Amino acid sequence: METISTDVAIIGAGGAGLRAAIALAETDPTLRIALISKVYPMRSHTCAAEGGAAGVIKPDDSFDMHFDDTVGGGDWLSDQDCVEYFIHEAPKELLQLEHWGCPWNREADGSVAVRPFGGMKKKRTWFAADKSGFHILHTLFQTSLQFPSITRYDEYYALDLLVDDGRCQGVTAMEMRSGELRQFHAKAVIIAGGGAGRMFPFSTNGAIKTGDGMAMAYRAGAPLKDMEFVQYHPTGLPNTGSLLTEACRGEGGILVNKHGRRYLQDYGMGPETPVGQPQLKTMELGPRDRVSQAYWHELQKGNTVTTQWGECVLLDMRHLGEKKINERLPLVRELAEAYLGVDIVKDAVPIRPVVHYMMGGISTNTAAATPLPGLFAAGECACVSLNGANRLGSNSLVELLVFGRRAALSAIDHIQNLPTANTAALNARAEQTQQRISELFSRSDGTESMSGLRREMMDTMEKNVGIYRSEEGLQEGVSKIHELRQRYQRVILTDKSSVFNTDLFQALELGSMLDCAEAVTVGALARKESRGAHQRLDYVERDDKNFLCHTMVHHQGLDVPRVDYLDVVITKSPPGVRDYSGDHK
Amino acid sequence: MTPLKERLVQLEVLRYNPDTDTEAHFQRYEVVCQEEWVVLDALNKVKADIDPTLNFRWSCHMAVCGSCGMMINGEPKLSCHAFLRSYEGVIRVEPLAHFPIERDLVTAPDDFMEKLKRVKPYIIPKEKKPISEGEYKQTPAQLMKFRQYSMCINCMLCYAACPEYGLTPDFIGPAALTLAHRYNLDSRDGGRLARQEVVATHEGVWDCTFVGACSEVCPAHVDPASALQQMKITSSIDWIVEHLIPGGKS
Repeated sequence: METISTDVAIIGAGGAGLRAAIALAETDPTLRIALISKVYPMRSHTCAAEGGAAGVIKPDDSFDMHFDDTVGGGDWLSDQDCVEYFIHEAPKELLQLEHWGCPWNREADGSVAVRPFGGMKKKRTWFAADKSGFHILHTLFQTSLQFPSITRYDEYYALDLLVDDGRCQGVTAMEMRSGELRQFHAKAVIIAGGGAGRMFPFSTNGAIKTGDGMAMAYRAGAPLKDMEFVQYHPTGLPNTGSLLTEACRGEGGILVNKHGRRYLQDYGMGPETPVGQPQLKTMELGPRDRVSQAYWHELQKGNTVTTQWGECVLLDMRHLGEKKINERLPLVRELAEAYLGVDIVKDAVPIRPVVHYMMGGISTNTAAATPLPGLFAAGECACVSLNGANRLGSNSLVELLVFGRRAALSAIDHIQNLPTANTAALNARAEQTQQRISELFSRSDGTESMSGLRREMMDTMEKNVGIYRSEEGLQEGVSKIHELRQRYQRVILTDKSSVFNTDLFQALELGSMLDCAEAVTVGALARKESRGAHQRLDYVERDDKNFLCHTMVHHQGLDVPRVDYLDVVITKSPPGVRDYSGDHK
Repeated sequence: MTPLKERLVQLEVLRYNPDTDTEAHFQRYEVVCQEEWVVLDALNKVKADIDPTLNFRWSCHMAVCGSCGMMINGEPKLSCHAFLRSYEGVIRVEPLAHFPIERDLVTAPDDFMEKLKRVKPYIIPKEKKPISEGEYKQTPAQLMKFRQYSMCINCMLCYAACPEYGLTPDFIGPAALTLAHRYNLDSRDGGRLARQEVVATHEGVWDCTFVGACSEVCPAHVDPASALQQMKITSSIDWIVEHLIPGGKS
């Protein structure tokens, strides 16, 4: 197996991975940087983010307000030292992107424009029409091209971390074009591999969001944190699951049920505000968890609209007018027209909540460090505890930048004065990857089809780990996912070729998703309370006495994982009431 | 509520596996699809239910990641944005033209990636300033000058459509040149001259014969053809200033 020696290996070349790579290259041009990704950088799912990125920039805003919105939005599960660091870094990172050419929308005087977003008390979301993630990703990718010290390994599928002497010292990966394995020996590794939304059947996530980075760290001994907190975005297209950005509501779109009632007022987000005059942090600008949960209640009451794509509510943007829609929401208009045949200028569009984002991930601290020395993580794959139990829209694009950079700086600190690597031990570890892949190819007793197992996993997650959860359903989910992990040991490859074998990669991705799915179900069963995106029908209240803590899930091979807890860091905001009733008190 | 309509779709897909095949060949699949699906959905159903050995790239299913470009009935298309309702009869699916095939519908974009880098697609600041001094002011009008050209998703459909690129592989091509133009037009940028050594050459804009196929197939409405025309004009002015005007740049 060919060995590639580098200083820092980065797994994932989306927003967080690219930001880390640039920070490494700028800080120390002598560092050798290996940027490894299973897709070309511009295919990374950052490109699909639409609405924008939050950072305090306007004179009427303040860091304290961004802090309070984030901590309350996260239902007090955010680590407040992390939030504090984040809100101060956010505007610097967004300005840095501006200097790198990001085409942010502007005010008439040439300053950066901001728009309202759910759960935010002030307008502080920087945006590039409704293609903000796309522009952030391409700006970072294009900027990265000027640094000769960044060596890209595009379409290399990362497999296993190399851990020796208690430190992470590299990773094995397969060049997808040839099927050849490589080992990267690195002084530090940064995982920026994205989320795992594809474990659910109905998701805004692209096909690549299969939790490979999370699972890799988890298998190597780094715990996954708060995985039970899965964000449903309230407004997805009912057939494809494509995201219609929260900016639809930020710009003034309203949600109505089959009676034409703006039903959010019935779920603690009222009173009703005038149509076309959105008020911050209430009604349609409530937080995502509450808005998605309100849909579920409307469904139980029979207030939803029956469409050929299933039960929906309606997102009405007609009153915004064609000009504003074209200027601010062109992608939304295109998506609804192309995939649903609805012109949002003329008709309300049927939508329903859709799995969107994992608040949980690889446990990291504010320095983006995991408990495994030498391993850092940033972006959706990490749980730095910024988002707590519910992420506010437009915080995650900034999270990529703030903690991508921070991971790079922490990695540089880590690699000073390291002991010499034991190459023989790393080679032996890499050999285990080789054996794992060979076994998969040569397996003769395989009985399980990859697509069959994947379908069962998705159905289980949708049925048992949705917006509302119960003891009985979660018990079923835990045992079913555990069973699927055992059966996965007998999955059979149909395609035995070496070149760009997507049968192989889909099988490996399924393994990653099953590991992540088990952490989600086990964490959800153990958390006997309702908080943010984790809602239990049998434990309907938040329980700060027993559950003001992070769920830590530890991999135990094929056995059921071990769960323990970590205290939440509270610095100045004790748990309180989440109030989304606008000015009405 | 009307139920979704189903339809039996016939696909004719180009297959090639360098491990086992001496040359590419077509394979026929029949798969039941919903009428509102796109070609990508049909391919995914084939892969899940009929033939796991069929290979293609895809991710976002919303025409923004640029992964799933293919030739569909001879036209470069994003397969996630090619609606079955637009096609009758057998649908022929082939890898993007003008790029080497890695396997099946997967092509090697190495040449495009290299060319993208050559045009220096990043801000070369007119005047550097620290982050602490805030943003560069840019009016909405200044933004609109280049915004359209910043929408390129790098899907390479324009390269597959461009007859010139097919004939002259050295041609930098529509997407990369348009990106150079995007930065040249950005009020924050001062790098136009640094890009000229690549852009204003025979591999650059002067290779373009203005067929306009690039703009016709662009799924992001970038209009590379207009970018290249504008670049030819500015390059010509540069030449006149340099060579014909007394006291022009030496």
